[in-house]
Amino acid sequence: MSALRLKRLATQLIGPISFDVAAGECLALMGASGAGKSLLLRAIVDLDPSTGDVIVGGRARRDMPASEWRKLVALVPAESGWWADRVSDHFPAKFAATELLAQLGLAGCLEWDVARLSTGERQRLALARALCRRPEVLLLDEPTASLDDHATALVEDLIRECCRDGMALLLVTHDRRQAERMTKRLLRISDGKIAQPAESSQ
Amino acid sequence: MNSYISLTYGDLLLASIFLAMNAVFSILLRLRLERQLIISALRMVTQLFLVGLVLKTIFTLSSLWLTLLAAAVMVAFAGREIWARQDRRLSGLWGIGLGGTSMLLAGTIVTVFALTTQIQPTPWWSPQFALPLFGMILGNTMTGVSLGLDTLHTALYRERAAIEARLLLGSTRWEAVSAAHQRAVRSGFTPIINSMAATGVVSLPGMMTGQILSGVDPQEAVKYQILITLLIGGATGLGVLAATFASVWRLTDSRERLRLDRLAAPQK
Repeated sequence: MSALRLKRLATQLIGPISFDVAAGECLALMGASGAGKSLLLRAIVDLDPSTGDVIVGGRARRDMPASEWRKLVALVPAESGWWADRVSDHFPAKFAATELLAQLGLAGCLEWDVARLSTGERQRLALARALCRRPEVLLLDEPTASLDDHATALVEDLIRECCRDGMALLLVTHDRRQAERMTKRLLRISDGKIAQPAESSQ
Repeated sequence: MNSYISLTYGDLLLASIFLAMNAVFSILLRLRLERQLIISALRMVTQLFLVGLVLKTIFTLSSLWLTLLAAAVMVAFAGREIWARQDRRLSGLWGIGLGGTSMLLAGTIVTVFALTTQIQPTPWWSPQFALPLFGMILGNTMTGVSLGLDTLHTALYRERAAIEARLLLGSTRWEAVSAAHQRAVRSGFTPIINSMAATGVVSLPGMMTGQILSGVDPQEAVKYQILITLLIGGATGLGVLAATFASVWRLTDSRERLRLDRLAAPQK
């Protein structure tokens, strides 16, 4: 598995931002609403135009087609998007997703209608949808924002498992305690820049 | 051919009697429609008299440049109309240029084709044939293109979360917008498909009716109408496809991004 490296990444609104996330590490990003956390994640996956370099395990973003890059670096946005009526239409292969969905407390949901899902169910399904494509880097934008304690614990367990498998993880959260539970390192963003060097959250 | 009955200005005045009655009703019933009714009727009369005058001059002079100028003016008005009929439009010059250019291309190709291979007047660009034909084709293509673009831009804006979700999972921009694009093309095609299906049963097309009123054999008028309808259908389709593909290309980029920053905010 591979590390994520940002070199002077900037858009019109944020940056330049540089930092590394090691393979198997989970790094927390915190900051006030509107500080540019979500914009940073969008810039990393190349969803907004940006300058600077992003590198995953020696492979530079600029040398890859964007669609290939996004299979390597997955972003799960705070608000999930759905383009078909059935949940199963959003998954590449059913058998690959079954175990993941059970782990998230969503066994059997592939047959459901998207319109009937709760916000929390959508959020977990969006995570599963991204993970079953086996990315090497995972960017999560408030993955537990609308979840109850039980579901939050399920998601956090899954995140830890991803790290153990060697995935590099960037976690945007508003919950200080979650950052402490999940990560050893924390970055603060304000006005689109890193507000202070990496600190230990303990 | 000789059964053509010329109208006097008195006839026209007489024909306005029912419209005048409507204005009176509007006053009596306090509908407050009379002002708009009278103004738009007067506009219609003035505009048509002016167009009659202009057309007569162009036909008499029969100059290629004057014909082209008239066609250019028609395109400019239609292009502006496409622009105005979209809730969300491309920002900057693209907003007026993209729809106008698609319509111009489709309309010109089809009109020139019809003039040079089917109608064949001398000269082939003879304004008496070229301008009415171009006008009918342009008018319908304009409707199709504006509907197509309006549907596309609204869909891309409203469904951006779904489109970006697909992009994030590794789809290309064309895969990600395919559903919205298909819907836009469909809505651009709908008026011409509906009107072809209803033509002759529900409504008699204006052009054919006009020819019959001016004494042309109905079977001949029908042939002309079929020709025109086929041309209109073809031009509308080409215009809608060109405009929607070009707009998707403009609202996405080669790094497979959705570029809604190139869409202007709706005005009002």
